[in-house]
Amino acid sequence: MSSALTKKSVSINEKIYPAAIILLIVVVWQLLSSSGIIPQFMLPSPINVLRAFYNNFGDLMFHARITLTEAAAGLGLSIALALILATAMDHFDWLYRAFFPLMVISQTIPTVAIAPLLVLWMGYGMMPKVALIVLVCFFPIAVALLDSFRSSDPDLINLMRAMGAKPAQIFRHVKWPAAITGFFSGLKIAVSYAIVGAVISEWLGGNEGLGVYMIRVKRSYAFDKMFAVILLIMIISLLLIQVTVWLERITTPWRNLKLEDSINEK
Amino acid sequence: MKTILETKNICKKYQGQPVIEDINVKLHEGELVGLLGMSGSGKSTLFNVISGLLIPEDGHVYLDEAEITGRTGIISYMQQKDLLLPHKTVIDNVSLPLILQGVKRNQARSQAEKLLPLFGLEGTGEKYPAQLSGGMRQRAALLRTHLFGSHVTLLDEPFSALDALTKRKMHQWYLELMSQLKMSTLFITHDIDEAILLSDRIYIMTGIPGRIEHELIINEDKPRHLEFNTTVSFVNYKKQILEWLHL
Repeated sequence: MSSALTKKSVSINEKIYPAAIILLIVVVWQLLSSSGIIPQFMLPSPINVLRAFYNNFGDLMFHARITLTEAAAGLGLSIALALILATAMDHFDWLYRAFFPLMVISQTIPTVAIAPLLVLWMGYGMMPKVALIVLVCFFPIAVALLDSFRSSDPDLINLMRAMGAKPAQIFRHVKWPAAITGFFSGLKIAVSYAIVGAVISEWLGGNEGLGVYMIRVKRSYAFDKMFAVILLIMIISLLLIQVTVWLERITTPWRNLKLEDSINEK
Repeated sequence: MKTILETKNICKKYQGQPVIEDINVKLHEGELVGLLGMSGSGKSTLFNVISGLLIPEDGHVYLDEAEITGRTGIISYMQQKDLLLPHKTVIDNVSLPLILQGVKRNQARSQAEKLLPLFGLEGTGEKYPAQLSGGMRQRAALLRTHLFGSHVTLLDEPFSALDALTKRKMHQWYLELMSQLKMSTLFITHDIDEAILLSDRIYIMTGIPGRIEHELIINEDKPRHLEFNTTVSFVNYKKQILEWLHL
């Protein structure tokens, strides 16, 4: 009990420092704004940003829903593709050798440069947005999965083979479960990429979504609203990462075993 | 006694270099046979060949007089590390061989459940391997090997990862277990005392490439007790082995 308490107070202590720094920055920023050192039209004050956030909440939510839908579709597709391709690449070495360099090269394509082309090819709808998100999200997930598959204990695989396991059974009982941790670390990167990817693709064409809304308020020089959008994007990304962490925790109960649950030799 | 497992003239090379050469071993029904040798004498290679994981350049493996060279999934094989899956509970880990054979999960679990007490794992079924001590993990690995259901078992240094005291406890437990389960077992060890204490017969493997140089029959009643290793006959067996190993 006492150890649990100490643990909790340690984690609170660790959160105090970043929270204090963020608070300090916001306070300084507010002071600079309200004292007129930084003019409002260049950098709106935190209070004005919050006000804009509150006043435009309806608009923000409407566009956020569009962006989130695109991100979810792109992310879902990325996960499915990464699972299928990483499994196939692990099983067939020639696929790995053929596709791995291509995957790396795909990451060198500048997102901002390819986005207008995607719009040109696929129109102003959901398609080019989802395609762009897949382009940025597929890679971190697939690489994390591949690494986990390839680093599974060869002795464990041998044991499974000695017990007569077929390749599919080895994936099911050894490789996939062992890859869960890797999968989630890839996913944590991918969820934030997905939101940013969706916003970037909306900048370059479309009628709705947070990116479109951002461009629109920027054109009308409503910087407080623009900052409100940025704030919302940050909140959404952080929430999604937190959901991922939480999902990881409930899908891998064996990784969070408390010491007091262990049994000593009889 | 009926011969269950037999290897004939097994040769296995690794990158062109022979690792084991001309290995002939026999395992009779209900026998516990030790394979004693120094590290690098190719004991594990021989087990990998017998279990079908490696295909020998030369020689054959027979189980009940039928050739099984290079066929996996026939002989129970326990490796040095416990190799329990960290994401499965103890009960799911030990019932894995049954699951792989196509037994339904519930059925496999209840079959395993019944054997937990015999393996000193009562009440640990729903724990994860990380929550068990080294001795318990090793016993779980042994239970998994047993549940594989083959009448021949290969154990590769089953107790070598344990500290000396736990190992002694495990020996005592294992001797009791062996008096209850009729298994034919071939086990690898580099611990001379362990070999004499547990075995009905010992093959001594030496050299590079590894060969079976000697065979020693331990003519002692079973079930044995730990006190056996303080008797004169025990010391005589040990002297003989040390002489053969030039130690």
